[in-house]
Amino acid sequence: MNSPIEAIGLTPYLSIGAILLVLGVFGIFLNRKNVIIILMSIELILLSANINFVAFSAATGDLSGQVMTLFVLTIAAAESAIGLAIVTVYFRNRGSIEVDDITMMKG
Amino acid sequence: MNWTLALPEIVLALSGLVILLAGVMQKRGQAFFSCTMMTLFALVVTAALVVLSPDGTGYSHVFINDGFARFMKVLALAGAALSLVLGIGYAREMEIDKFEFPVLVLFSTLGAMIMASSGNLMTLFVGLELSSLSIYILCAFARDQVTAAEAGLKYFVLGSLASGILLYGISLAYGFAGTLDYAGLQQAVRGSAVLPAGLMVGIVFVLVGLCFKLSMVPFHMWTPDVYQGAPTSVTAYMAGAPKIAAFAVLLRVMAGPFGSMAHQWQLLIEVVSAASMVFGALAAIPQGNIKRLMAYSSIGHMGYAMIGLAAGTAEGTRGTLVYLVTYLFMNVGAFAGIVAMWRKGRAVSRISDLAGLGRSDPGMALAMAVFMFSMAGAPPLAGFFGKLMVFYAAINAQLYGLAAIGIISSVIGAYYYIRIVKIMFFDAAAPALDRAPVSVSFVSVGMGLVTVFFIVALGPVATAAQAAAGALFR
Repeated sequence: MNSPIEAIGLTPYLSIGAILLVLGVFGIFLNRKNVIIILMSIELILLSANINFVAFSAATGDLSGQVMTLFVLTIAAAESAIGLAIVTVYFRNRGSIEVDDITMMKG
Repeated sequence: MNWTLALPEIVLALSGLVILLAGVMQKRGQAFFSCTMMTLFALVVTAALVVLSPDGTGYSHVFINDGFARFMKVLALAGAALSLVLGIGYAREMEIDKFEFPVLVLFSTLGAMIMASSGNLMTLFVGLELSSLSIYILCAFARDQVTAAEAGLKYFVLGSLASGILLYGISLAYGFAGTLDYAGLQQAVRGSAVLPAGLMVGIVFVLVGLCFKLSMVPFHMWTPDVYQGAPTSVTAYMAGAPKIAAFAVLLRVMAGPFGSMAHQWQLLIEVVSAASMVFGALAAIPQGNIKRLMAYSSIGHMGYAMIGLAAGTAEGTRGTLVYLVTYLFMNVGAFAGIVAMWRKGRAVSRISDLAGLGRSDPGMALAMAVFMFSMAGAPPLAGFFGKLMVFYAAINAQLYGLAAIGIISSVIGAYYYIRIVKIMFFDAAAPALDRAPVSVSFVSVGMGLVTVFFIVALGPVATAAQAAAGALFR
C-alpha cells in the first residue's frame, strides 16, 4: 500500500485546493482589468473543488467523488463556452472588455 | 431499477431535443411561434406526468420523488409556462423571436425539476448548473442591446462564482461525511455530537451558494442590474422557477441531512432572512425604474419566504410553500404589466411612464393595482395569506423578533407598492402606452383573478403544501 495519499496524508492536497480557491476568488474581486482573467479565475475555483473531490475520494476509498469530478469537468467546459460567448456578445456591443467599463447600469 | 420515477424529466428532456430539431427545420420567421406552442404543450404534459408520478427513490438514491418534489415541480412548470406566454408578443417586438428561446426556458425548467428531486449532492449540482447555464444565455438573448449583454455578463460572472463556492462546499461536505447521498449525510450528522469543522464550513458554503441564487442579502448585488438589463420576459422567468427550485433544494437539504443540527445553522438563516426583508423594503424606495424596483421587491419576498425555513418546523415549511405559490402568481401578474409597457414601439421601464394608466387602460391599471396591493400584503388578496402563514409559523417557533421585523418591513414596503398605484391613477398623465398584446392581457387577467380569489383556493393549496411539508419531515 504505497498510494501517495497514505504516504503524505490529505493535508497537502486540501491546502492546494484551498489556495486555488482563494486565488480564484481574489482573481474575480481584485482584478480591475480584463474579463478573460475572470473566466480563468472561475475555472480555478471549479478545479480547486475537483482536487478536493479526488483527494477525498482516494482517502476514503469511495468512488463517487471521482464520478463527481467528471461531471464537474463537463460542466466547467460548458460554462467557459457560454462565458466566452457572452464576452463576445458584450465586446461586439461595447468594443471593450475592461472590467471598469461594465457600468452601464448602477443604483 | 425503477426508471419510471424520472419519467416527467425524461419526457421533458426528449421533447426539448425534438423541439430544437423542429425549430431548425422550419423557416426562420415562423419557428418561434410554433416552438413556443410546442414547448407550452410539453410543459403541460410534463406537469400532468409529475402529478401522476409515484413516490420513491431511484437511480441508486440520487433521485427522490415525493409529495414535496411534485409540489415544487408543478410550481416551477407553471412559472415557466406563464412567463413563456408573456414572452410571445414581447419577443416579436424586441426582435428576439428565435426558436432557441423557448427551448432554453424548457432546459432551465428541467434543471429546476432535477434540483427539486435531488437525493444526492451530485444531482443537486448538475441540476443547478443546467438551470443556471440556460439562464445566463437567456439574459444575454437580446444580443444587440448593450444592457442585455452587460446583464448576461454580470450574471454569468457572479453566478459562476456562487456555483464554484457551492461546489467547494459540496467537496468539503463529501470529504468529512464520506458520502454525497442525503441519506448518508443524515446518518453522518446524526451520529456525531460535535460536528467536524470541515463539515460545518462545507454546509455554510453550500448555504452561501444557494442564498446567492435566491438573491438573499448579502449576496444580492447582482439582482437589480440583471433584472433591469435582461429582456423583461426573461426577468419574469428568472423571478419564478429558478427561485422555487433553489428553495426546494434549500428546504430539502436543511430539513433532511442537516435537520438534526438545526440549532447550529438557524441563526444564520434568521439573519439572512431579516436582512433581506429590511433591505428589500428600504432600497426599493428611491428606485425610478420599475424592473429595479421588482428586483428589490423579490429580494424582500425571498426574505419573507425564508422565515418558514428559519422556523425549522413542518408548519414553517408549509408557510414557505404557500408563500412561494402566492409570490409566483402575483409576480408573473406584475411582470405582465411591465412587459406591456411599450410607447410608440419602444420598451419603457420608468415608473413615471405608468402615469395616467388608470385612464388610458383601466383594465391593466386595475390588474397592476391588485398585484401591488397583494405584494404589499393587503388582507383579502393572495399575498396576505402567504405572509400570514409564515409569520404564524415564526410565532409558534418563538421567533418573535423575526416576525416583528417582518411585519415592520412589510409596512415600509407597502409605501413603494402603493406609490405605483398612486402614480397610475392620480398623477398627471404621461402619453398613453401602446395596447397590450392579447397574450399579456390573458396572463394579467388570469393572475388577477387568482390573486383576488385566492381565498377560495387557500384550503386546497394549504392542504397540498401540508402534505408536501409532511413528506420532508417524515
